[in-house]
Amino acid sequence: MNALPPDQDERVIRVSGLRTGYGHDIIHDNLDLDVYRGEILTVVGGSGSGKSMLMRTILGLSRMRAGSIEVFGQRIGNADDAQQIMARRAGVLFQDGALFSSLTVLENVELPLKSHRPELSVQLRHDLARSKIQLSGLSAATGSKLPSELSGGMRKRAALSRALALEPELLFLDEPTAGLDPIGAADFDQLLATLQHALGLTVFLVTHDLDSVYRLSDRIAVLAEKKVLATGPLREIETIDHPWVRDYFHGPRARAARHEE
Amino acid sequence: MTDRSRHEPELRLDPGGNGELRATGDWILVNAERLSRIIEDRPPSVAALDASGISRLDASGALLLDRLVRQRSLQPDQLHLQPEWRDLFETIHRNCDDLHQTAAPGEPQWKQVLDHVGRSMVEVVTSTAQLAGFLGITVHRLIRLLRHPSRLKLTATVYHMEQTGLNAAPLLILLSTLVGAVVAFLGATVLRDFGAELFVIDLITFAFVREFGVLLTAILLAGRTASAFCAQIGMMKAREEIDAIRALGLDEIELLVLPRLIALLIMLPLLAFIATLAGLFGGFSVAALSLDINMTLFIDRVEQTLTLEHYLVGMLKAPVFAAVIALIGCLEGMRVTGTAQSVGEHTTIAVVRSLTMVIVVDAIAAIYFTEIGW
Repeated sequence: MNALPPDQDERVIRVSGLRTGYGHDIIHDNLDLDVYRGEILTVVGGSGSGKSMLMRTILGLSRMRAGSIEVFGQRIGNADDAQQIMARRAGVLFQDGALFSSLTVLENVELPLKSHRPELSVQLRHDLARSKIQLSGLSAATGSKLPSELSGGMRKRAALSRALALEPELLFLDEPTAGLDPIGAADFDQLLATLQHALGLTVFLVTHDLDSVYRLSDRIAVLAEKKVLATGPLREIETIDHPWVRDYFHGPRARAARHEE
Repeated sequence: MTDRSRHEPELRLDPGGNGELRATGDWILVNAERLSRIIEDRPPSVAALDASGISRLDASGALLLDRLVRQRSLQPDQLHLQPEWRDLFETIHRNCDDLHQTAAPGEPQWKQVLDHVGRSMVEVVTSTAQLAGFLGITVHRLIRLLRHPSRLKLTATVYHMEQTGLNAAPLLILLSTLVGAVVAFLGATVLRDFGAELFVIDLITFAFVREFGVLLTAILLAGRTASAFCAQIGMMKAREEIDAIRALGLDEIELLVLPRLIALLIMLPLLAFIATLAGLFGGFSVAALSLDINMTLFIDRVEQTLTLEHYLVGMLKAPVFAAVIALIGCLEGMRVTGTAQSVGEHTTIAVVRSLTMVIVVDAIAAIYFTEIGW
């Protein structure tokens, strides 16, 4: 909750020696990654490099085969532990929002408050939920709409307000700008930057949107060859001599994104 | 920030008597309910708010702090806040301005009840009109298909024949045999007093050939098939597949409804026939085991009782039931809107409505055929 540079001493997430896979396929092998408090860590990598899988494993939605994951200093032994810790201290924005389709936006945001903070009065719960909706840049009237009545950009914002409902310190974002037009994506990046700064969030951002990478990242982790190839600020990562990194950061789209910056 | 220990949130009047409120402790979501009450309890007018003693602040706490500032009409310079929380407070202050008025009270209960009744009535009327419209379109497409038989989706039709017909047969045979046995038992109990056990065979034949064979089949398929049709088409509707079919210049009735309808029109009469045989077999086993009626006598008696009219009374209803089940199942699927809940609602409606229609049609047919002397 400050504008200070990332706190190099406090690791919010600490992944070491992680191995995951589906069936006979190994997705990650001996993967190490640290996320520090207050930073935006962007995870990039080609399709199928296991970006989303890494996020799901940290969240306890997928099983790991070996290695260890510590979140807020607590070691996550199994999926249940992870979900307990994550529910209270982390928010997740899934790729297409994953709003509950039978609930209105307001009810979606209220749901975590209702079950985790049952002591709140109905009025206060309403107000807190509506404040999150407005904080995500939606009008208060949007609260009474169903997710199916919203545009793609509004759905992402509604999902973000649900992710923020329990005042998380850590926010996981899976492709937050996928499926948005460039203007909508830029607005959403701006919103994320503002909220991250104001709320002092630590952000684990999975994306392949170069504009987001350039605009938001404090540090970048490159996933390739089943592990984290390198981590560091943009300037360092760009200079790495690896075919995928070269194609990604020096391709035509990257030049355009850098030019804009 | 790194200090994770908990501090109780407080809001006190400054003992100096200068009308200043002092906020301290953790103003965070965990304490939100307490804070909200504390804010209501404090005097309505204060000179200033010293919030520099706040140890932790999150968006929920900032919202309550903002409410305090607004309700006491404090100016920005009357609020003292540590610089590290300024940003957060300003963000909340800018974005959440119209939250602090109390919401308008909702509609009274009786109005909501009337509203619900009205909506349900309108729903019944519109859905009946839709069913009529849907029947019309489907008949039109069916006639077009008869003129151009090559447009029939043969693979899909055969697939649905297997799903709705063949796969339902074992369960249907079991149910019909058991019902046949039960009817024979009941008949035997009543007729034994008159010494007319032999008429159990008449009862079974009448019951199954005219009514139960086809009715049991229709009831089973209304539960099994109407729901499946509705859920299949409903998920396609929710995932915009129906829109894709239209956008590709294809016809969703021809592609989705006709194969299901034709499959059911073929399979339901066949199943009804199987169910009738199974019912007769159930009746026969009771007759043979507990009434000492042998096979020759049984078949002889069935031959005497059974006329073509009886058989037609049963079989003529089968295609009607098939059409009712297929059309209602498909129509409810088309009426699904986006959400998972909607799929559930319409599947329920499909089963309930097709069951009701099957039984209503059966009752009308029973009266009609009796009146014309069949």
